[in-house]
Amino acid sequence: MSQNPLNIVIVGHVDHGKSTLVGRLFYETGSLPEGKYEAIQATCQRRGVPFEWAFLMDAFQAERDQNITIDTAQIWFNTAKRPYVIIDAPGHKEFIKNMVTGAANANAALLLIAANEGVQEQSRRHGYLLSLLGIRQVAVVVNKMDMVDYDQATFEAIEAEYRQFLKNINIEPQVFIPISAREGDAIASKPTENMPWYQGPTIVEALDEFNQPSQPIDQPLRFPIQDIYRFDDRRILAGRIESGTLNVGDVLHFTPVNKSSVVKSIERWSAPNQDSAVAGESIGVTLEDQIFVERGHVGAHASTPSTPSNRLRANLFWLGNEPIKAGNNYKIKLGAQEMPVTIEEVVRVIDASTLDNHEESQKLVQKNDAAELVLRTPKPLALDLHQDFPITGRFVLVDGYDVAGGGIITEILDGTNIKEEAESQQPVSPIERYKRNRHRGVILVSQGLLPERSHPLMVQLERALFNRGMQTYLLQPAHSDLQDAEQDMRALALSARSLAAAGVVCLVNAPWLIGPKLRQFRQIADDAHTGFVVVHTGRFDFALAEEGERAEQRDDFYFGDADLIVLQQTTDIHERVTAIVEQLVPHLQRY
Amino acid sequence: MIPKTNQTPLQHTDELTDAVRALTPLSRYSPRDQMPDYSHLDALEAQSIFILREAFHKFKNMAMLWSIGKDSSVMLWLVRKAFFGHVPFPLVHVDTKYKIDQMIQFRDEIVKQWGMDLRVGTNQAALDANTTFPQGTATRVECCSMLKKDALQDVISKYNFEAVLAGIRRDEEGTRAKERYFSPRTKDFEWNFRDQPPELWDQFKTDFEPGTHLRIHPLLHWTEANIWEYIDRERIPVVPLYFADEKNRRYRSLGCAPCTVPMFSKADTVPAIIEELAATKVAERSSRAQDQESEDAFEKLRASGYM
Repeated sequence: MSQNPLNIVIVGHVDHGKSTLVGRLFYETGSLPEGKYEAIQATCQRRGVPFEWAFLMDAFQAERDQNITIDTAQIWFNTAKRPYVIIDAPGHKEFIKNMVTGAANANAALLLIAANEGVQEQSRRHGYLLSLLGIRQVAVVVNKMDMVDYDQATFEAIEAEYRQFLKNINIEPQVFIPISAREGDAIASKPTENMPWYQGPTIVEALDEFNQPSQPIDQPLRFPIQDIYRFDDRRILAGRIESGTLNVGDVLHFTPVNKSSVVKSIERWSAPNQDSAVAGESIGVTLEDQIFVERGHVGAHASTPSTPSNRLRANLFWLGNEPIKAGNNYKIKLGAQEMPVTIEEVVRVIDASTLDNHEESQKLVQKNDAAELVLRTPKPLALDLHQDFPITGRFVLVDGYDVAGGGIITEILDGTNIKEEAESQQPVSPIERYKRNRHRGVILVSQGLLPERSHPLMVQLERALFNRGMQTYLLQPAHSDLQDAEQDMRALALSARSLAAAGVVCLVNAPWLIGPKLRQFRQIADDAHTGFVVVHTGRFDFALAEEGERAEQRDDFYFGDADLIVLQQTTDIHERVTAIVEQLVPHLQRY
Repeated sequence: MIPKTNQTPLQHTDELTDAVRALTPLSRYSPRDQMPDYSHLDALEAQSIFILREAFHKFKNMAMLWSIGKDSSVMLWLVRKAFFGHVPFPLVHVDTKYKIDQMIQFRDEIVKQWGMDLRVGTNQAALDANTTFPQGTATRVECCSMLKKDALQDVISKYNFEAVLAGIRRDEEGTRAKERYFSPRTKDFEWNFRDQPPELWDQFKTDFEPGTHLRIHPLLHWTEANIWEYIDRERIPVVPLYFADEKNRRYRSLGCAPCTVPMFSKADTVPAIIEELAATKVAERSSRAQDQESEDAFEKLRASGYM
């Protein structure tokens, strides 16, 4: 029945007719929404311009005014065979980053060249970018054949020139198609008497020849950890399987930490239970052992792990305003891994529009250039070669606040001075704090007593934990009047969050935090790396007279958020503190 | 140990509480033994879950916009998929007070049953001044600007949300087609669509100048048909207004009562809606009168902060 569309990007030099081609494709395949043709017609009349197909895609006011595509847009259409998403990418040099955004999501590409202008700067640059982005299914469309009187020799000259160029960058185009988007030649129906010499496929036929890419199920497993959840008593490693297959009972080996454990369960919500998961699935995993792994670590089977190293060679395209030179520092984002990165060497700079190497002395990677680089990180990353693992073998660089370039890993190099650099440049991690303190940072909120009664209990509780060698702090909020309650709560939550992040067991004496208030507090204060414990210190402070439903409602109100309930028949503070500490300590020592 | 929140993870949708199930009875969906092959939705779902988890990791103080419509109700479902039954952030509903009654009933029932933290944003000042459409002097678009855009900005400022999840889709209309999954807004909530960040290989813009605010769009790659197919497969409760009533009227897109009209339709089940969509050539938002006021009305509204 339904299938997902094939994502097609249309790229090419500015004004070579991309948006027109799209408009025409929609019209000829009967994919235009009702009234859209008339709407474009009306717009054109109002503006006093001839009918312009490009208005379909160029929905933005600015684009209608300047008649160029600024951003990348996506729209859907169908052929008899299957649905398509057309990604229209801008041809202007200024908008290369938008073109990259469009093309990176494509399964196949139409490369458009205007017959009257021939191969231009962006025709070559876009071809090269497609190659770096890993797009291998390409058809070349020679548009505006009507402007050259449908001349076969012109078409063949362009084909010969551009085929040679694509060969240099390892793209084998599927076909070259001569068309006129404006006149509708060779779009959905065979060209008319205009081009009797052309017997090849139409655009629609060429599209239908492309293959829908399949998930890399048969490759070795890659399961990068995206996050670790402790919403309830399970510790779930959440992530998407990027390649391969994962089964319950498998030994998962994590790079770069070199830790292993057995998969205890595969977690999904509201889905059939299955003991295996394959590439493309976003799942959760629980492990038999509590090992120290965190976001960014990559799980694999022990025989085919990622390679840990802090140096790599890469081909990269650069979109940043400031040029790259050796010694510059950026941030690398590779899967869920993020780390500072230094440019160790600019091996060569390639002018993407000509493929010429820049002067040796220059070694500056300018905006829209491509380059071969050696990169170094302060700590090892889990690395894969792009040729073996297209998804986990690619990365982006962040310059300041902006994603400014993308690269593919061509070689994994031997690491150097990893330990030294790690310690000098890396921030202290939650795991390091845990190892030193031998407990994690935790926020502990007590409930069940009035503030003045809970105060002595919290003082004694802190003392007991402190005497056991723990880092502790008792956060004592100022009395809040009603007007500032929310602000006080926020300030309190942020203080608690910082203290817990610093590795401290932060006791919060604010028993008025109950129900929705507590959940709000928790949302602000809770952090993935720290714990949050609500200790209920005893229900006898409240009238226990009600029975049945009312008592249940009351229990839900007062106990609904508690992790730990210490119910006792004693009012002796010392006994209560001892009971709390006994239950609490194992909780604090678990990471 | 007692769970930290009162949201109990469900194992299967058929275990929805009776009260929630009653909102959309099982007879509205394809029977289990005649469920069409919806396996193409797996990839869309996995991508949305991936984005939700990235967002949750990057933004501690985040909220989800819940319009009560079909898209954000699917998003809410995907949130629970991503976080194993939990909704670990507040929901924001921008209530214009012109919403159709059944929408508010539906909202309140879901919130009650699933124990969620709902924050409602309303531009009471504009309502009190009585300038809103149709009574007041405002045009439809100006009314949207006050009751939705301004109310949204107020609620974001009030709770200091760094990021909000919004259930927009690329196939809805032209400006949304050009959106990013992670779409930055200035501190004045403006959308600089002329200079958007590159977004490739599932690496999103997650580094910002202080004061930047983010819209995150986990459903960007879904189509209207996909939304209904997923509702059918997962048996997600939706507002009854989407189904044809006894007078053969149903809503295709839900908004404020004065600006949204029902369409003629006999589709009273999810599979019937899917069938109807496959045949239609009418745009989804054609029933939303504010979009039609002028050629670029919607674009201007979005650039200034509309969802």
